[in-house]
Amino acid sequence: MGGSIVAIGMGLAVIGAGLGIGWIGSSAMESIARQPEAVGDIRANMILMAAFIEGAALIALILSFLVA
Amino acid sequence: MLRFFLSTIYILAFALIGLAHDNHDHGDGHATICGEAAHHEFNAGDNAIHHISDANVYSIGPIQIPLPVILYAPDKGWDFFMASKFHADLIGHGDGHVAYNGYVLDGGSVKRIVDAGFPAGEVQISGVIHKDVTMANGKEQEAAFVCYNNNLYKTDAKSTADAGLFGGGITSFYDFSITKNVTSMAIVLAFLSWLFLSVARAAKKNEGKAPTGLQNFMEPFVGFIQDEVAIPFLGDKADKFLPFLLSIFFFILGLNLFGQIPFFGGSNVTGNLAVTAVLAIITFFITNINGNKDYWGHLFTAPGTPWFVKLILVPVELLGLFIKPVTLMLRLFANITAGHMVILIFVSFIFIFGKSGESIPGAMGGVVGAGLLTLFMMAIELVVAFVQAFVFTILTASYIGAATEEHHHDEEHAH
Repeated sequence: MGGSIVAIGMGLAVIGAGLGIGWIGSSAMESIARQPEAVGDIRANMILMAAFIEGAALIALILSFLVA
Repeated sequence: MLRFFLSTIYILAFALIGLAHDNHDHGDGHATICGEAAHHEFNAGDNAIHHISDANVYSIGPIQIPLPVILYAPDKGWDFFMASKFHADLIGHGDGHVAYNGYVLDGGSVKRIVDAGFPAGEVQISGVIHKDVTMANGKEQEAAFVCYNNNLYKTDAKSTADAGLFGGGITSFYDFSITKNVTSMAIVLAFLSWLFLSVARAAKKNEGKAPTGLQNFMEPFVGFIQDEVAIPFLGDKADKFLPFLLSIFFFILGLNLFGQIPFFGGSNVTGNLAVTAVLAIITFFITNINGNKDYWGHLFTAPGTPWFVKLILVPVELLGLFIKPVTLMLRLFANITAGHMVILIFVSFIFIFGKSGESIPGAMGGVVGAGLLTLFMMAIELVVAFVQAFVFTILTASYIGAATEEHHHDEEHAH
């Protein structure tokens, strides 16, 4: 039973991170379409922000591993 | 022609995996207490974890090359020997047939027999079986048992420094061996040293002229780290930290790509928590040793905020000091491990559809499906290898940049 609750927790963490990264991706695409000459800066910052969100999801993931 | 040849080898290799597993199952049929070893069920998750873990043998395809073993047990002292002492099959899964000084080789990893009554020296064993046992905290956990003289001897989990995530942990002995991961790191380090020394020599010789050959290939990478990572985050201090950023980028990239080579070790170095922890600790120390007055001042006093906000902000900032390297460690570990695991689960389709060698048409379907899915996954992993090396470097640069930045006082209220 413990395993399935952990699975739900992991799923919730991934939903949050997915929403966040999706939002960053959509805004970055919009900005690139609006200002194609700034594509390098936008891409680097997009990856950086996605990495920060990923970090929060990873902490949730590892904590759920440790609880399991 | 070459492409056709390579893809044929690729598909054949997958077919061989199916055969290898088939052979493995018929291998240990003992009518003793160890008899149950022959009837184990195929578990894709366990199989994947076994293949991404560190090992005391280096596997090239199905061939297991023994590596030096360095062990220390507090009650026994040091042991130095080659893993060939365990007499594991040259082609197999790295299961030893001999226990040496109370150590056995199980699935490529050295484990220690807990029972002090087990004879020292070389002892012929009839196999290792895995059973679930109830731990002291009431949880079920798999443990390995050695069959010897029709008795079962429990072994300790293997010795790893990854907080026991994959069944290892700090046990009754310490494994300082030259393992598969250490060997891979040495190979990558030797290659990187050769690459950069020759490029540096060429750069010195060709000064003022257009770069050629290898130098031409490497310069965009170095220039990318310099222009996109070091200078935007570090400004005029970029030159001071550029060597560190370049080392960390190429070390991670080299190991990521080395781990992608199929059937050649399949080492998962950057997907090992201990390795990424050391990389993150190095970043942590470089960031905080170079932190200036403003950085520490901001950390402890949070200027420009009312006192009740400070009560919350200062502990959060102090926690953040440690959370940053922890996320750095987990991000690289989780991304690379997840990639390797997905590939291994796809390969496991061969055995799931083929029912461990019972259904040949199922296995053949699995070979085609697994081959295509693995190719797709490897293409993604190639991108991930670059992105994760880049993310680790850019985050390191941003942490160092935040610690060494000269603050202007009119900006301070914006933080």
